[in-house]
Amino acid sequence: MFKFLFDRDTWQEVYDSFSKNKLRSILTMVGVWWGILLLIGLLGSARGLENSFNRLFGDFATNSVFIWGRSTGMAFKGFQEGKRIRLSLSDAKKIKENIEGIEFVVPRNQNQAIVIRNFLSGSFSIAGDYPLLDQVEKKKLIRGRFINQNDIEDKKKVIVLSEDAYKQLFEKDENAIGEYIQVNSINFKVVGLFKVSKINMGPPIEMHMPFTTFQQVYNQGDQIGWMMITGKPEYDIVQIEEDAKLLLKNLNDIHPKDNRALGSANAGKEIGKVTGFLTGMQFLTWFVGIATLIAGVFAIGNILLITVKERTKEIGVRRALGATPFEIKRQIVVEAVFLTIVAGIFGIITGGWILILLDHFVGQGDDAAIVNASVSIAVVFIALVILVVLGTLIGLIPAFKATSIKPIEALREE
Amino acid sequence: MLKIHQLHKSYPIGDSSLHVLKGIDLNVEEGEMVAIMGSSGSGKSTLLNIIGMLDEADSGEYILDNLPIKDLTEKKAAVYRNKFLGFIFQSFNLINYKNALENVALPLYYQGLKRKERQEKAMFHLGKVGLADWAKHLPKELSGGQKQRVAIARALAANPKLLLADEPTGALDTKTSYDIMAFIQQLNDEGKTILMVTHEEDIANMCKRIVRLRDGVIMEDKKVNQVRAEQYV
Repeated sequence: MFKFLFDRDTWQEVYDSFSKNKLRSILTMVGVWWGILLLIGLLGSARGLENSFNRLFGDFATNSVFIWGRSTGMAFKGFQEGKRIRLSLSDAKKIKENIEGIEFVVPRNQNQAIVIRNFLSGSFSIAGDYPLLDQVEKKKLIRGRFINQNDIEDKKKVIVLSEDAYKQLFEKDENAIGEYIQVNSINFKVVGLFKVSKINMGPPIEMHMPFTTFQQVYNQGDQIGWMMITGKPEYDIVQIEEDAKLLLKNLNDIHPKDNRALGSANAGKEIGKVTGFLTGMQFLTWFVGIATLIAGVFAIGNILLITVKERTKEIGVRRALGATPFEIKRQIVVEAVFLTIVAGIFGIITGGWILILLDHFVGQGDDAAIVNASVSIAVVFIALVILVVLGTLIGLIPAFKATSIKPIEALREE
Repeated sequence: MLKIHQLHKSYPIGDSSLHVLKGIDLNVEEGEMVAIMGSSGSGKSTLLNIIGMLDEADSGEYILDNLPIKDLTEKKAAVYRNKFLGFIFQSFNLINYKNALENVALPLYYQGLKRKERQEKAMFHLGKVGLADWAKHLPKELSGGQKQRVAIARALAANPKLLLADEPTGALDTKTSYDIMAFIQQLNDEGKTILMVTHEEDIANMCKRIVRLRDGVIMEDKKVNQVRAEQYV
């Protein structure tokens, strides 16, 4: 059935009718070329945008929520309104034990402190953290290490500095690892340097020390500043937030309907909005691209219709010489598909160039708006299949038109 | 070879219809060379088109080489045309973007012959009409007479039983006309059956038989002494 596709004459015919109408054929192909170009360009940019978002959120467990204590808004169980709520380590432990779908619960403490090294000093926000933090909010370490379990158990006086803090406290190119700095007049050994992520939930932290050390230094007891809760990927973080809050209200004698007592920020919800936006954009891209493509393919059908009209007599001659209507139709459909595919492949190639240019001009560096703008082979393949299908369908219109005229009428045509 | 019995054909014109062929009876034997004559509107072209299976009769019998031609599908008509008939047109009807050789090879293409075989056969027929040297030329580079020769080579390419010519010399000057006629006569001498429509007496007299049509009926059907065209060339 498809043997004719490998027949040199089929392509000779296509080439002949193409070279006879070069300008017109090229103008026709522009429509399809433009459609594919738009589709590839837009899809690639959308992907690039998505990649750049992913890079921003990449260091970060997106399925997470932060909860901290505030003051109650309702009187409950004999307590007056305005009771100060401070969450505790046991709260964190109970959440981890009792709520379904939780991956990690990371309790944290934070304080502002004056830090001195030799003659340099500054005020920095310092957090007491567990090593687990690294799982929730990936620390980009430039040098050294993050806090480990040993530090926690031995309440070691070690500290991890942000790049900015290092710059304030150390000379350029000075090695900080193993050096000591003074926090609240206590000497801490620097064990690591990290780079601050662009996206941070909660207050920006410039130094991390072991949670247990922080407890001791600031005499925190069991209290924590806030906790970060990460849900397992298959669980809904909004539900986890509700469950956790209800449990915390129970544990801390807060009225169940009191919405002021606990503060929270749900990263999953915010990121969900962005992801939704990206999905919407991808849908729009497909829609625009395919709509343009269809318009382009229709232009091809239109031109072929004119071509067929012009070639009425030739088609009459061919039929007088023994061409069956099927052979005539097949030839016209092959021409239509050929034009669409050639235009489509050009579109894919130039679309690729656009993406390369895009990557070259706005895709470089750490804070690029578009990262690795690209389309997958699957998308290219789908686009080609769509082209073949549309090309065939649209080719059928002029094909039937061509054979609807009786050969005798076609021959009479001048 | 060709038997036609009580052939009728009418064309609808608005609400009424125009009765073009009013019962034609015609028998043509193998090896004959018949001229169909008549003024315009006499139905001669319609008759030729029906014989050429380009048009269909309303009623009547048409038997070509013992094969009744009736209720043909387009596909079947195409196959019969290709197998049995060769067409020569007044305006040559060469495909203008194909060279002489490709034009001649076209019916062979629709016969499904392999490319090489086609080219060989087409070249042979081009040689027969004396245009082997012009094989790679496009129709626009050929004179009227040369074009008609290419068209004749094309009509011959599929080795048809019957050659149908519609005013083959209508677009040519007298000298070239005789030239072409001499060639057609030569084909007839070799045994080809030829049917041509013409309105020129001198051309008709170069055939062996003249059938005169008027208002859709045969007025006269006579054998003539063939005037050889070579003597004018």
